[in-house]
Amino acid sequence: MLSRIAASLLFLLLTITTALAGVDDIKAIQAKGVLVVGVKADYRPWGFIDPSGAFVGMEIDMANEIAKRLGVRLEMVPVTTANRIEFLRQGRIDLILATMSDTPARRQAATVIDPPYYAGGTNILARKSMNFHRWQDLRGRRVCGLQGAYYNRPVAENWGAIIVAFPGVPEAYIDLLAGNCDAFVQDSSLIASTLVSDSAKWADFEMPMETFGEQAWVMAVSAANRDGTFATFLSRLSVEWHRTGHLIELEKNWGIPPSPFLKTMHEKS
Amino acid sequence: MNGVWEWFAWLNQAHGINLPVFYDSYDRQRFFAGLLTTLELSALSVVASVVIGLIGAWLLGTSSIIARRLVHGYVHAFRNTPPLIQLSFLYFAVGNLLPRLEGVGGSSRPLLDGFAWAVITLSLFGGSFNVEIFRSGIEAVPASTIEAAESLGFGRWRLYRHVVLPLALRICLPALSNNLVNLVKTSTLAYAIGVPELLYVSAQVWSDTMNVREMMNLLLVAYVGIVGVLSFGLRRLETALRVPGLGTVGGRI
Repeated sequence: MLSRIAASLLFLLLTITTALAGVDDIKAIQAKGVLVVGVKADYRPWGFIDPSGAFVGMEIDMANEIAKRLGVRLEMVPVTTANRIEFLRQGRIDLILATMSDTPARRQAATVIDPPYYAGGTNILARKSMNFHRWQDLRGRRVCGLQGAYYNRPVAENWGAIIVAFPGVPEAYIDLLAGNCDAFVQDSSLIASTLVSDSAKWADFEMPMETFGEQAWVMAVSAANRDGTFATFLSRLSVEWHRTGHLIELEKNWGIPPSPFLKTMHEKS
Repeated sequence: MNGVWEWFAWLNQAHGINLPVFYDSYDRQRFFAGLLTTLELSALSVVASVVIGLIGAWLLGTSSIIARRLVHGYVHAFRNTPPLIQLSFLYFAVGNLLPRLEGVGGSSRPLLDGFAWAVITLSLFGGSFNVEIFRSGIEAVPASTIEAAESLGFGRWRLYRHVVLPLALRICLPALSNNLVNLVKTSTLAYAIGVPELLYVSAQVWSDTMNVREMMNLLLVAYVGIVGVLSFGLRRLETALRVPGLGTVGGRI
């Protein structure tokens, strides 16, 4: 009992000192023996839940790899677009790996890891019979979205769409398939992957607009650990993944249509 | 008014308290639209749930066994299940089975939108509690009072309207106030079916600007205000309806 108290006191001291120094956060993670990663649970095929109830997906594979390299257990926490940064701020998770686009506001609130591991723009999924061609066509139309997504505002502000945002992707899909929304505004990578993954269900649908605002997808750690070892480690890992073509391989494994971003990054490195 | 908005811009620059819902015209427009939606949603469901409660409690007192069974079934279904599940079930499952209206450009509109479903669900949810609350009030009316009215020649409907209901309402008002306050707070669940009420717009604002702390505090203040006005009104009603010798007001004896 006494030794356990001593051990936890020592651990506490260790955490405090590392927090003060703000450098060796990898050591802190290894000391607690577990890496807590915030992942998506409804974003097939990047992060979703398979029929057995386990988290699977391209980002889950990446999270597993990170935990393996650190030699710790991986714990995954499902997050949403609207709450992931807050989870990180409060220290509930060590790392965001949840389809997060890079924006200036997010760069302030968290430590964004460069280089990005993926990229996608904004487009819509809509029935072919809607005959959408230009973003202006969305004026006054009911467009489903995802709560907290950064592109909801420009689409509503610039083109006058009426955004009806849901907490998760499945709810928006139900509304779109039922015809309650005329379109679903989303990341172009997700739409492309949806269209090929379940082609029978989406046979009447298309991605008709010109993709705008290509944004990089980034991992992020706490803003306090900007100069920490964990951020450096992740940054090096991301470079390595691009160089070895590991990300392209994962993309292929998960049936995602090849992204021009990954190809360029691989060729550059 | 512009001066007030500019003061919030200054507050952000000088003290880092970021409330774009006051100084950014787009955020302001959507925040106040959200506030209005919450007020409408609350007002409609409060009124409708009281009407449902009154009708349900009256039906429970009738001799028709079918009507009583139906009310019991309704109360069990809506009081004993989580409101979030009721909302999703009615909106996603029942809503998509209803006939549709024609929309623009070959699209079709649902007969009822998310707001309408939120009003229906909240009214049914609140109403199921109200049935029981009114029943408790009705059952507390002394049998001797009812007998006295009957001996004066009151019929069933007039007895209910002029004797039982006025007394029952006074007895159950504190419990009713509790339930209506709860109902207003439950209206935040409408964010789950994409109804742009206060919580929904606040979440979108804090996702865009990362000002979770400020928006959470603002939400808190907004709800304390809304609920404060409602409970003040109900308290006034309780005082106004006070009958000397029956019950108490605000716990005073």
